[in-house]
Amino acid sequence: MSILVNKNTRVICQGITGSGGGAFHTRGCLDYGTKMVGGTSPGKGGTKDANGLPVFDTVDQAVRATGADATMIFVPPPFAADAICEAAAAGIKLIVAITEGIPVLDMVKAKKFLADFGASVKLVGPNCPGVITPGECKIGIMPGYIHTPAQKGKKSVGIVSRSGTLTYEAVWQTTELGWSQSTCVGIGGDPVKGMDFIDVLELFQADPLTDAIVMIGEIGGAAEEAAAAYIKKAVTKPVVGFIAGRTAPPGKRMGHAGAIISGGEGTAESKIAAMRQAGIRVADSPADIVKCLHETTGG
Amino acid sequence: MKIHEYQARDLLAKAGIPVPAARVVETAQEAEKAFEENGFPLQVVKAQVFAGGRGKAGFVKLVKSAAEARAAAEFMLTHRMVSVQTGPEGIAVNKILIAGAVDIAHEYYLGFVLDRDRSTVSMIASAEGGVEIETVAHERPEAIIKEPLHPLAGMQGFQARRTALALGFTGKQANTVADILLKLSRFFIDYDCSIAEINPLVLTKDGKILAIDAKVNFDDNALFRHPDVLALKDDAETDALEIRAAAANLNYIKLDGDIACLVNGAGLAMATMDVIQLHGGKPANFLDVGGGVKAEGAIEAFRIILSDKKVRGILVNIFGGIARCDLIAEALIQAGREVGFKVPVVVRLEGTNVEAARKILAASQGDLPTLQVAGDLNDAAKKIVSATR
Repeated sequence: MSILVNKNTRVICQGITGSGGGAFHTRGCLDYGTKMVGGTSPGKGGTKDANGLPVFDTVDQAVRATGADATMIFVPPPFAADAICEAAAAGIKLIVAITEGIPVLDMVKAKKFLADFGASVKLVGPNCPGVITPGECKIGIMPGYIHTPAQKGKKSVGIVSRSGTLTYEAVWQTTELGWSQSTCVGIGGDPVKGMDFIDVLELFQADPLTDAIVMIGEIGGAAEEAAAAYIKKAVTKPVVGFIAGRTAPPGKRMGHAGAIISGGEGTAESKIAAMRQAGIRVADSPADIVKCLHETTGG
Repeated sequence: MKIHEYQARDLLAKAGIPVPAARVVETAQEAEKAFEENGFPLQVVKAQVFAGGRGKAGFVKLVKSAAEARAAAEFMLTHRMVSVQTGPEGIAVNKILIAGAVDIAHEYYLGFVLDRDRSTVSMIASAEGGVEIETVAHERPEAIIKEPLHPLAGMQGFQARRTALALGFTGKQANTVADILLKLSRFFIDYDCSIAEINPLVLTKDGKILAIDAKVNFDDNALFRHPDVLALKDDAETDALEIRAAAANLNYIKLDGDIACLVNGAGLAMATMDVIQLHGGKPANFLDVGGGVKAEGAIEAFRIILSDKKVRGILVNIFGGIARCDLIAEALIQAGREVGFKVPVVVRLEGTNVEAARKILAASQGDLPTLQVAGDLNDAAKKIVSATR
């Protein structure tokens, strides 16, 4: 098993013909083996994209024609929140928003819009690398080959992270040192987003394939502190963490819109302390994540 | 994006929030005239800079006459302001605000911020205004009033009215404050703010309610739909290298250490700074070159890094995902030829096409004598720290 996506997931790409990289990354997903079944681009319905997939004007049309249950969004920032709402309204169950730079008040409204659909509709992102269940389904921009599909004789780790390249770093290390990954979820670097650490941790805890969890956070907000409290209460699997941004000065936005220390809140120290208090092994360097994993799980 | 106090006052005044009469000037003569036109017996002269610590640096002054206003403005326009936030070289002052000073009976705080825990905008208010709200929140959390806004409906009248009452206002004054709160909440939403605060809002001894100082920041991601806000942008106090980096689509923030880093991805860039410090070094910058970096971007990144004279070494950390390591290696060599690496450079590459990249680097070792290749991130940090000590 795995979480969120598997070999049966049928995926469309919203913004498949645009300049945001839709067709390029659809190619990457197809090459990995993802069931990409089409895409949308308003005004281009009835055509084919660069990969030969059918293009629709609306998500609703795409869902009816292809049976898609997941979407990967590359729509440009001014229209991306609309694309998220459209996907939910069309019956898509998993929305993965890759787009970076969506106005935060658009996300505030989109999130409220999604709330009407309840827990059956899940949003990952925006501003994230996506979701991958190795060997089965990749939705997003991560390099597929660094991952290792779950298999007999290999322990499986679930990875949840606010950062893209730092996730790849953790995946690479776990692969190099003999682990497989059940599912890797990049929840994104924006302050208002879909699934947060706790939502993903809950799924990993319930997933029989996931033996241990790696959680990668960064400065800004209080999601890591909340996740630490949740782990203490509800997660029995070993958890290893890393927090980026110990050296980041207050008031400076470190790339991600969410990575900013303001008013003394959201510091790496506070997050690391909360995680350690909850019994989570926190690596001092991202190069030590797997070392911590081995120490926590006994190899 | 930040704007100046005078710009924030103008926007709030347009939104219907009462502010005392004020004028912005750029010369001492204009300051003298502004004092007369404002027509208050006591006025305040304030340098318009982003950096804090104006009061202590002598760049906020109370004046009682046009001549005093002129002298204060003269001083501010001809001296660089040095405060804890500016560094020893200080900053030049180009604009000055001259506003009527009022007889203050009480100071309040009103503000709206993005509330990430609730995924909406929240109002924050306090009857303890005029000081840093973070300090109040930390020391006396019971003095803070919070109202989350409905994500679609925005602030409701009843929320504004109960806040005004909780602040201690009664009767017509309570209605006035509630009105200001509603206007400020609408302003926040209409302009895609990330912060909109009035601090202090004052009750004067003659019963007037006025916004004396305001701070407004905007969501950078929403500036595309606010050309009027974008027109207010002032880069005068932004680091020259940061401006140059932004033009090249590089995400660069200058810091005060001496080991520069060049990384792809914001999280990995932060983590790289952390690991440098973990091994006893001090990072000179945050630099995320992005996923799709090409040769010219990488070369400009090296130029920017090397224009910081404090830099004594460079750590390059690339995890090739979308970005291919062999392309980065080639860009690195090209950059080395163009810019010249006089300081030690430690390169750590991992991911897509890393074997090809290692071969490329090994083949040009002769060209780049200060270059070392590292294994993992710890090894890279150790190497660059020892090479610069």
